[in-house]
Amino acid sequence: MGVILDVTDLHIEFHDHGFPEVAVEDFDLMLEEGEIVGIVGESGSGKSMSALAIAGLLSRHSITKTGRIMFNGDDLLTCDRKTLRSYQGDEISMIFQEPMTSLNPVKRIGWQVEESLFIHHPDIDKKKRKEMAIEMMLAVGLSDAENIYHMYPHELSGGMRQRVMIAAAMIGNPKILIADEPTTALDVTVQAQIVELLKKINKERGTSIIFISHDLSLVNQLCERVIVMQKGNIVESGATERVFGAPQDIYTKKLIAAIPKIDIGN
Amino acid sequence: MKYIIKKVISMIITLVVVSLCVFLAFSIIPGDPALKKLGTEASPELIAQTREQMGLNDPVIVRYFRWFTAFLHGDMGKSYNYSVPVSGMILNKIPITLTMAIMSFLLTIIVSIPMGIITAKHEGGVLDRVVTVINQIIMAVPPFFSGILITFIFGMVFKLFTPGGFVSYSDDFAGFVGYLVFPSIAVALPKIAMTVKMLRGSVIDEAKKDYTRTAYSRGNNTNGVLYRHVLKNALIPVITFLGMLLADMIAGSIVIEQVFGIPGISRILLTSISNRDYPVVEAIIMGIAMIVIVTNLLVDIIYRIVDPRIGIEE
Amino acid sequence: MRNKCAEVIKKIKKDPYMCAGVIITVIILLMIVVGLFWMPYEPTKMSASEKLKGISFKHIMGTDNMGRDVFSRVMYGSRVTFLIALGTVFIGAFMGTLIGALTGYYGGLFDEITMRVIDAMFAFPSILLALVIVSVFGTGWIQLLFSLGIAFIPSFARIVRGEVLRCRNTDYVESAKLQGVSDVRMIFVHILPNIKGVLASSILIGFNNAVLAEAGLSYLGVGSQPPYASLGKMLSDAQQYMFTTPSYCLCPGLVIVLMVLGFSFLGEGIRRWE
Repeated sequence: MGVILDVTDLHIEFHDHGFPEVAVEDFDLMLEEGEIVGIVGESGSGKSMSALAIAGLLSRHSITKTGRIMFNGDDLLTCDRKTLRSYQGDEISMIFQEPMTSLNPVKRIGWQVEESLFIHHPDIDKKKRKEMAIEMMLAVGLSDAENIYHMYPHELSGGMRQRVMIAAAMIGNPKILIADEPTTALDVTVQAQIVELLKKINKERGTSIIFISHDLSLVNQLCERVIVMQKGNIVESGATERVFGAPQDIYTKKLIAAIPKIDIGN
Repeated sequence: MKYIIKKVISMIITLVVVSLCVFLAFSIIPGDPALKKLGTEASPELIAQTREQMGLNDPVIVRYFRWFTAFLHGDMGKSYNYSVPVSGMILNKIPITLTMAIMSFLLTIIVSIPMGIITAKHEGGVLDRVVTVINQIIMAVPPFFSGILITFIFGMVFKLFTPGGFVSYSDDFAGFVGYLVFPSIAVALPKIAMTVKMLRGSVIDEAKKDYTRTAYSRGNNTNGVLYRHVLKNALIPVITFLGMLLADMIAGSIVIEQVFGIPGISRILLTSISNRDYPVVEAIIMGIAMIVIVTNLLVDIIYRIVDPRIGIEE
Repeated sequence: MRNKCAEVIKKIKKDPYMCAGVIITVIILLMIVVGLFWMPYEPTKMSASEKLKGISFKHIMGTDNMGRDVFSRVMYGSRVTFLIALGTVFIGAFMGTLIGALTGYYGGLFDEITMRVIDAMFAFPSILLALVIVSVFGTGWIQLLFSLGIAFIPSFARIVRGEVLRCRNTDYVESAKLQGVSDVRMIFVHILPNIKGVLASSILIGFNNAVLAEAGLSYLGVGSQPPYASLGKMLSDAQQYMFTTPSYCLCPGLVIVLMVLGFSFLGEGIRRWE
């Protein structure tokens, strides 16, 4: 298995209020092919920022980014926009926390699922695109795909919308899927289903997944490796079993201690 | 479908209320229409007889129903001043005013939508700031003043049209439309400024929403996000706004007709108001109200077709 | 206190919109206020020898077709326009707020009927509505003031009603209700202060619309009657002399533009204040 994504010394700074505010400092990540890595930490710890930087979605002028994000021989931080766009949605996809607002409210589901194909593979004709979209939607567990294809986002539940997001992200068969708190806005039962779905995608397609969450038990279920972040810094990283079994850092210990445990009688 | 029926019923109610208000307003005015029709020298007997003929002795509600049902049948009564049917006086004027309003409306759409998009796309840039200031200034210029300026600049200095040289649509349709170009610009100018401002704000608001981030994550470039995702969302509130504008433009046309010497509805309305020729005033007002109300209904339906979240079925 | 003033002035200087708005509005107000006490000429005084003169030291805006001083007439006319616009907004905002607050707060049949009438009135653009009401009342500036005032009620009533409906369901109103606050107190003490921001900006916009509507209607000849001046009427008289004496037409026109522009820049400035 080879390294597919290599992030070194990622440093992100905001200049919104006249002075620099550090959001992420010295972030490193080596993502292997077919691996699921979790990034945990409380809100504001810089985990989402790092993910957005990897996905190439931090492009405002008031943000400075240094370091290297190597993918396919290109540094995503410095390569030209066109190269970056050619990866976005095709090689590197992302799903977000809010399935309610992350879909375009006035476009049909099918259109949105197909969009990456439309952008990156204009040679595929309309009929074939639809076929692929339906197939993908079925694969993510949208069993009524034919109908849903013609629906609008507001007609679907949160869990279904997140499945649509996943279908749209996976349709180009990307090498990396970045999932930024994909389950936070969902019901607990739906959360488990989405996690299972990500597991299945990883197993069947070999997609590497970066799974960002503040829910340690979900990370524990899904990830082989975990990175713990606090205030923009990585405080601990390693195999999930090791980090959760024998945490070294005080902050990690606190996080683990804070997981609610269910005691049943004995 | 159910929604449309509901809307149509509400539209009819509004129309009845409008007609009732209009009729009542003009029946409480002091002054005797019979006297007005016959002149002050008429004998009391003749006046009494005429009053009876005109049905003025009936209770106001009876007169209202008589007037309203006649109106629905296309009979708008007779002018007090000219003793000719009102419909004959106004029907051939309506196309003039309406053509001008529609031309202004099209002009507004054609100019303001690209401008709104461009200024929003380059928010904070030089072009955006210049257009924003010009917009503010244009909105402050009353249409009749810009009409005067346009007449002076394009009519008198550049001689692109002959001020006062109106051509009837029945004589020369192309000439008719040609003469209306500059008046339409005068009507449209402030509306263009408003629409640009509105669309610009709407695009900027939409561009901040989460779905644009999703769109970028799929490899869209700025134009892709703008035209394939943001634009349709941003246009939805603008549709309602444009619907209101159309009504405004009909009113705006009335003032502009006066500036450019166009013999549309405006001239009859103004002379009828100063002559207290109420059947004519009532008919014109009812006509405009009907156009406005029907436009509102259409806008509402279009709005529901465009925005899938509301839907036509409710 | 002085510090605070200095700070406000500094802030105004920093925003070009605010700056321009303040300067223009002050100039217009100055012209109106000075006009109350002193005008270079009697605005109705005609002079056969001074007809249609251009701009000069003697007549800084020239003279009109009857030899009257345009600047004096503009001073008088802007006073008329300003007062009518002010009165219009006052009537519209006061009655509109009252109707909107009551219908929004109580709802029910009263609301239903009032809103139907308001909707019906709303079917007309305000200038047309005012024209209709003028035709009922007759021409003259007082009639014009009331016509415009009534024509402006629906938009205020709609805005206030919407805001009151929104406020009525908030937690603080619910809790005030539980404490037994009377309806009148609820509307005037608890709800209305919460919508003053919305109301203030609609008043500013309404004022500008009122200036434009007044100008338009007096252009059509339904405002103040000759020989007294109103800016719109001056423009309609001046139109035919545009080619020979442009100053006669341009000056009153520009004053209308500046009056509206000053307030719209102020509004824009206030919007950007934070």
